[in-house]
Amino acid sequence: MIVKQEPVEQELKSIYDVYRIREDFPILKIKVRNKPLCYLDNAATTQKPQQVLDTLNKYYTSMNSNIHRGVHYLSEAATDAYEKARVKVKNFINAKSEKEIIFTRGTTEGINLVSNSYGRKNIKEGDEIIISNMEHHSNIVPWQLLCNEKKAKLKIIPIDDNGEIIFDEFLKLISNKTKLISVVYVSNSLGTINPVKQIIEAAHKNNIPVLLDAAQSVNHLPVDVQKLDCDFLAFSGHKLYGPTGIGILYGKENILESMPPFMGGGDMISKVTFEETTFNELPFKFEAGTSNIAGAIGFGAAIDYVTSIGIDKIAVHEGALLDYATQRLKEVPGLAILGNAKHKSAVISFIFDNIHPHDIGTFLDYEGIAVRTGHHCTQPVMERYNIPATSRASFGLYNTLEEVDILVDALKKVIEVF
Amino acid sequence: MLNPELRELYQQVILDHNKSPRNFKKLETANRTAEGYNPLCGDKIDIFLDVENGIVKDISFQGSGCAISKASASLMSTVVKGKTIEEAKKLFEKFHDLITGKLDEDERIEELGKLAVLAGVKEFPIRVKCASLAWHTMLSALKNDNKTVKTE
Repeated sequence: MIVKQEPVEQELKSIYDVYRIREDFPILKIKVRNKPLCYLDNAATTQKPQQVLDTLNKYYTSMNSNIHRGVHYLSEAATDAYEKARVKVKNFINAKSEKEIIFTRGTTEGINLVSNSYGRKNIKEGDEIIISNMEHHSNIVPWQLLCNEKKAKLKIIPIDDNGEIIFDEFLKLISNKTKLISVVYVSNSLGTINPVKQIIEAAHKNNIPVLLDAAQSVNHLPVDVQKLDCDFLAFSGHKLYGPTGIGILYGKENILESMPPFMGGGDMISKVTFEETTFNELPFKFEAGTSNIAGAIGFGAAIDYVTSIGIDKIAVHEGALLDYATQRLKEVPGLAILGNAKHKSAVISFIFDNIHPHDIGTFLDYEGIAVRTGHHCTQPVMERYNIPATSRASFGLYNTLEEVDILVDALKKVIEVF
Repeated sequence: MLNPELRELYQQVILDHNKSPRNFKKLETANRTAEGYNPLCGDKIDIFLDVENGIVKDISFQGSGCAISKASASLMSTVVKGKTIEEAKKLFEKFHDLITGKLDEDERIEELGKLAVLAGVKEFPIRVKCASLAWHTMLSALKNDNKTVKTE
């Protein structure tokens, strides 16, 4: 292998021993089509460490029961573990109170909760909601549904050729009609880390609340909701080494208090008669029905795992992978990287003039390499750059420089075929 | 070096049709057209047909897609020209059986002529949509129902 990576490797070793870390992830040991799995699809979902798998197993083997209502031992144990997971999330994003942490199914449900509850109460005919050109469909469609219902307007912040928000254009979009801004913190298709702090400051000067889609940021960089001063923040457990089907909506307590419930059912009430229902207090008001209890507890274990390594260290490790991969991918003739923002997370979208991403994906699959090919649920981004799709390699805390080399070598083989 | 299944999928003929697709243009004389779209990968195709007395006099296509979808569209355009609408429909049924692995008798493969080079698709169920998009779109154009064809 043509590798000139020793200095980088040394640098990486000083952060943490990635090969030791990989031992925690059983799936990384499997072979795919007789090749060692090279998992570079972390922006789609991350793999789970043994600690999370053990927690799920322990929950179902020794704790399984419904929460918040039983008086028996198991229910108490499950409630305790579930609420402890909530505290872990609260500490992880530095929220002020557990009341601000709502368990959801994922980022998408969090955004839909805000659009249905906050949105339907506060958005009126003629109002405007601002999103950006690089949103995931999950941060476009809920707002479109709301705007159609309320005869409100969706305004789009344009992006430049590097994949960065054009900030001056954003400022021009703000007016007294603007009632909400919902933007992605880190783009899943371009890797761009958006200047969310500045966006929030500009919005708050005009008393506009801001929702951050943090699905791709909580796993890559430290997120502090108090420092950011965002009003809402939504993310998913499965992109942070936790189980699928569990996510978080953070909201400032006073705003959540003012919002009507999203779904009605058990657990979200204090008293129900056929005439009237009194709703439960925060955060339970927004958690109707039996939650994904195992998922929440498993997510708590994932947060413990990530915290034990240190999100700062993970950010440095992934930053080194990004730099190395960016530099090495440039060796591949005909390859162009889409998304060259100054501040980027470890996501690289790339295209070739003459080879379709789907063909790339099939060839890489036969080398044991998992990348995502397609529009990444960001069709407006594809349209902005006038391309149908990209291939995307996205890195996680367990990826290695060697895996970057495997990807680059495989791509060099692919271009020989076409 | 290349894996045998991959080699079977990406045969030289397919790579050639991908690089230089036949009938890749807008047909000025078209009297029936349809648009096809695969939401999974964003592939788009426009099919143009010149149909007279129940016979496909001419056919062309435009669009963007992977090598499999482009080669399939190109091959389709070469075999459908001159066929009756009924013959074209029957050909697609056989072709669909081929790429979904339902066609095991050798003699029936022969009936497909050069379309048989796409037999490798049967090992890649996720790529069936790529190989069939052009055909679905052509059938829609034959019906002249002007709907966008989606594979999902």
